[in-house]
Amino acid sequence: MTDDKKLLQELLEKHNNGDLKPKERYEIPPQGMPAQDATERRDNIDEVATGYTETQARLEALRCLQCKNAPCVAGCPVKIKIKDFVSAIADGQYQQALEIIKENSLLPSVCGRVCPQEVQCQEKCTVAKRFKDVDKAVAIGRLERFVADWGEENDSTPKIAPPTGKKVAVIGSGPGGVVVATDCRRAGHDVTVFEAFHKPGGVLVYGIPEFRLPKAIVEREIKGLEKMGVKFECNFIVGRTRTVKQLLEEDGFDAAYIGVGAGLPRFMNIEGEQLVGVYSANEYLTRANLMKAYQFGEGADTPIAVSKKVAVLGGGNVAMDAARTAVRLGAEEVYLIYRRSEAEMPARVEEVHHAKEEGIIFKTLQNPKRILGDGDGYVKSLECLKYELGEPDDSGRRRPVPIEGSEFEIDVDTVIVAIGNGANPLIGQTTPGLEMNKWGNIVVDEDCKTSLDGVYAGGDIVLGAATVILAMGQGRIAAAAMNDYLKD
Amino acid sequence: MAHKIIKKQQLSENVFTVDVKAPLIAEARKPGQFVIVGLDAEIGERIPLTIAGADTEKGTIRLVWQRVGKTTAQMSELNIGDEMGYIAGPLGTPTHIEKFGKVVCVGGGIGNAPLLPIARALKDAGNEIVTVLGARTKNLLILEEDFASISDELIIVTDDGSCGRKALVTEPLEEICKQSPKPDLAMVIGPAIMMKFCSEVTRKYDVPTQVSLNTIMVDGTGMCGGCRVEVGGETKFVCVDGPEFDGHQVDFDQMMKRQAAYKDLEKKAYEQYQHKCRIGLDANNNK
Repeated sequence: MTDDKKLLQELLEKHNNGDLKPKERYEIPPQGMPAQDATERRDNIDEVATGYTETQARLEALRCLQCKNAPCVAGCPVKIKIKDFVSAIADGQYQQALEIIKENSLLPSVCGRVCPQEVQCQEKCTVAKRFKDVDKAVAIGRLERFVADWGEENDSTPKIAPPTGKKVAVIGSGPGGVVVATDCRRAGHDVTVFEAFHKPGGVLVYGIPEFRLPKAIVEREIKGLEKMGVKFECNFIVGRTRTVKQLLEEDGFDAAYIGVGAGLPRFMNIEGEQLVGVYSANEYLTRANLMKAYQFGEGADTPIAVSKKVAVLGGGNVAMDAARTAVRLGAEEVYLIYRRSEAEMPARVEEVHHAKEEGIIFKTLQNPKRILGDGDGYVKSLECLKYELGEPDDSGRRRPVPIEGSEFEIDVDTVIVAIGNGANPLIGQTTPGLEMNKWGNIVVDEDCKTSLDGVYAGGDIVLGAATVILAMGQGRIAAAAMNDYLKD
Repeated sequence: MAHKIIKKQQLSENVFTVDVKAPLIAEARKPGQFVIVGLDAEIGERIPLTIAGADTEKGTIRLVWQRVGKTTAQMSELNIGDEMGYIAGPLGTPTHIEKFGKVVCVGGGIGNAPLLPIARALKDAGNEIVTVLGARTKNLLILEEDFASISDELIIVTDDGSCGRKALVTEPLEEICKQSPKPDLAMVIGPAIMMKFCSEVTRKYDVPTQVSLNTIMVDGTGMCGGCRVEVGGETKFVCVDGPEFDGHQVDFDQMMKRQAAYKDLEKKAYEQYQHKCRIGLDANNNK
């Protein structure tokens, strides 16, 4: 028997007798996430983190103190009963654990992988507080993923209420839309999800790379929805193919949810952005993920730049995804250029860590001034300025201030701009009466209801750039309100 | 949604047209708009094609393409009764149609296809339509009969003089601009280089000019930004802000570079595809 298994056996004996003291729980070593070796994974697109073993999962679950007030739950946007599902894992009751999670979250295999737990549930964890180190929190996300993957084969279709005769249109098949579709279908409504792309899943399929969220997982979730009777209409652009008004007034839909994301990439507005070799992260990732450009010439028909030296501009998760994708597409050097310091980076610590392991060169406190061309329309280099941190700005982060005269050049052939997205104007332009704020985001009340009757919205098109779990949280709220609205 | 090909025609050596089932798009589309076509949801690429016409009763749209690479070659192999993968649209901002007065429509090569519904709508709005159509040679000239029926005057030019005048489209365009009254609008659709030179001509005579751009796109809804082009010093997305822009403001030179961004990769893919086709033929011959 391995040491781990022995340790687990000893701990379980005490645990089952109710004798496992908090002090002993603190002493259980935090279980690291098994991952593919960094040099190996640079050359493949397989998932980086390979997931806990059963022993690891139970050891990790035993680290949970089962706090009476469960501060972790307050940190979860969808209020998963974390304490209870972790306890079920410690007891080896995986099915029960999964059911507890599914009461609140519909995509545990996705959220367990892509949620920023370190600023949500795990930040509030008492164990983390005790060690004054969020990395030592109970690894709630990894545990969530463990049970979700365990449940992969034994998933059960949720119960569906008798047909209500009401029709719901869900616009956008990303994480928010999927949640609304599930909750409205469970209530017995006839649900159709409209997707502009040729495959459902939204950002989960075009944006988040395979090595972080395997497409097979998203496909499984979509299939689950189809099994429940949710219909998917791909290649359907609401606002163009049919308008929201047409869906509601002519096509018999009684309510609609707009979850179209924030699909309008921002650029830096600097010289040289039209050069060949400059991509938005959206384009780069869509080509690489959804369109499978990594198989160009070997099956897939969508090309992508063959790059040697790549600069990724930005410091968020999307920037990490783009940089790590560039590595896998064969780039020899990949720079990540960010104008603040690493401490201010919005990306998850784990992603930063993985990116560094894979050899991505971080250039912090630097920012491009212009992109230089080779005279033939192609990117040749990037002229950057060095920055220092000044006083805190509105976001509470210290403001980056350029250092005059600090210009320097980096040779690159590809530049990927990953500085966020604005709101896509398509729905707004084609839906009279839909109230929007000055940034083009849809205005909603606390029920996610828009200014139009029967029309709800959530996710990035409301929040600006947010996360998968926040979109899901809003989907939850909207679906409850929609089900309520459809009762009358 | 099934997109069955109802009608197919080869317009010239490398130009094909189909009427394909797409009832919702047929109903929603307006002149100037385009669709994204993909032959295979797993491995295919997405290509933008302008809508050359529609029949709302039959629920069909008309697409025209030129065989230039692997996907367009595969599309050209499709026949009546075949399914055309997926079609998403209509996309882009429709052409602004009103009574301008005298409109000169200039079409080059395959640009005649998207130009046709626009010219027709402009005609229906009460404009006088003077059309200039150009092609390298007679065999490559398309849709001239359709234009004859809606134009008050039709001028045809070819590079080699095999049909109409031996000239580039810019030559008759300049003559028309010199006339009095000069045109109130020029609508120019064709290869980028042609649109560039036409815009230079009309600029001299201060004739407002609309061009329709066909840049590389992925989603076609504003999400990727791959289609961006500089117009009047500002970055615009062809898929949502266009495809039509003021020809006098477009940075055509950089746009042409961007259009050719994957030229080498695409050439390789096309060669591989043609090679495979030939191998396939040989294998059959050996039977």
